[in-house]
Amino acid sequence: MAETHPAGAAPPLLKVRNLEGWYGPSHVLHGVDFDVPAGEVVTLLGRNGAGKTTILRAIMGVLGRRAGSVRMNGMELIDLPSRLIARRGIGYCPEERGIFASLSVRENLELPPVIGPGGRSTGQVLDLFPNLRARLNSGGTRLSGGEQQMLAIGRILRTGARLLLLDEPTEGLAPVIVQEIGRVIAQLKRDGFTVLLVEQNFRFAETIADRHYIVEQGRVIDMVPNAALEAKREQLHGYLAI
Amino acid sequence: MHSIFGIPTPALFGQLLLGLINGAFYAMLSLGLAVIFGLLNVVNFSHGAFYMLGAFTGWLLLAGLGLGYWWALLLSPLIVGVLGMAVERLLLARLKGLDPLYGLLLTFGLALIIQGVFRNIFGVSGLPYGVPSQLAGARNLGFMILPNYRGWVIGLSLLVCLATWLGIEKTRLGATLRAATENATLTEAFGINVPRLVTLTYGFGTALAALAGVLAAPIYSVNPNMGADLIITVFVVVVIGGMGSILGSIVTGFGLGLAEGLTRLVYPAGSATVVFVIMIVVLLVKPAGLFGRST
Repeated sequence: MAETHPAGAAPPLLKVRNLEGWYGPSHVLHGVDFDVPAGEVVTLLGRNGAGKTTILRAIMGVLGRRAGSVRMNGMELIDLPSRLIARRGIGYCPEERGIFASLSVRENLELPPVIGPGGRSTGQVLDLFPNLRARLNSGGTRLSGGEQQMLAIGRILRTGARLLLLDEPTEGLAPVIVQEIGRVIAQLKRDGFTVLLVEQNFRFAETIADRHYIVEQGRVIDMVPNAALEAKREQLHGYLAI
Repeated sequence: MHSIFGIPTPALFGQLLLGLINGAFYAMLSLGLAVIFGLLNVVNFSHGAFYMLGAFTGWLLLAGLGLGYWWALLLSPLIVGVLGMAVERLLLARLKGLDPLYGLLLTFGLALIIQGVFRNIFGVSGLPYGVPSQLAGARNLGFMILPNYRGWVIGLSLLVCLATWLGIEKTRLGATLRAATENATLTEAFGINVPRLVTLTYGFGTALAALAGVLAAPIYSVNPNMGADLIITVFVVVVIGGMGSILGSIVTGFGLGLAEGLTRLVYPAGSATVVFVIMIVVLLVKPAGLFGRST
């Protein structure tokens, strides 16, 4: 796909080009191209199995094998181990939240090391997610699904990462919790975070995102700015088979 | 003469003491094994060899450099720990991603080589290593005579086990270790240097084995086979406690030592096999071990 950011705009914070990825012998990403402009909330939309989660895993370096180019602020990440990718300023909130059962809520929250300036304090994270405050000494997986999701987002806000990769943060959660998470993501955007979001829930995505990339069979096949959503709604429904 | 259940009390306490001593070594050794297995998923068959190396390092420090027991207690774990880290970095790290069986084979082979070399140089009769003068003698506790050195071994090993447990359960570094044990990939994706943590953990486990070796030297003498004789029981401890469980290793280590001691009183011929009987029963009732999490 061609350059998608408007001419004259700042270069994208994250620039993915011809990204390929494999699970063992099976080739699952076939040349993914997209940009994440700084300060935007960007979604990857697509059907189940389209490769959205795999794209995040490939960016993060936790996929067995990957090739192509992933640049953060112009710096190539493709050959780095995942711990150094994280240290370039990317916070990762994985599918199914990745809360550690053998760690307390506080330990989960304070596990990711601070990698740069501008991170929030534990107190500020707890102000954003007040439910967690009373549960700090509980086991991480004793929390409800919604609280675990808040913990999974909260723990990457401490590190100073500027780009957040969120993999289906609304999956399996009650509508009121989904709203709450939407509110938090909007707040994070106002605070200058850049968010790359994998979503199945299109209705949720359209309330918070600036642009959507459509993923199909391991490729990005289209980009829809949120502003142009109405005009392209029919086409989108076709892509997502809603 | 006093007796409990027909067993003379001095004999009872004597066997319980012996059981506690053995249990102290089981606990310290299985603790290291459990930490290593938890994080590396390696069944570290060279653990007995590192225990033996700890004792020999102590003996060599004395024979070669004139450094006594207290120096050995400090230096031996350091030296063997560094050796362990080299083994992890140079050998075990290369097996990453392969079937855990390869780690078992590698460490088993390594143990055979190390023990073989030491047998070749030092023979199998064992070298004497004296009790340090500060811990010589014994005290009368009223109900039994406790040799000072044995009291020291039990006390120190309890302290080391407790400190290790606290370090893993209550500290920041311990939380990182638990996280990496549970999900190394995700832990690394947060920017944590898991390979370095793995190396340090293996070094720590081997250092614990070496410390046990130094503690054992004045009791069992220094012998190339000392680790090989012990390691099977230690593995049984780990299995009963629950593979990878820290608390399980400590409690089961001391518990099995005591069980052996008591069996020796009641049915001496059974003392060598009682741990295996317990293992079978535990595995039948709780396949993940007493403290294991079934996953």
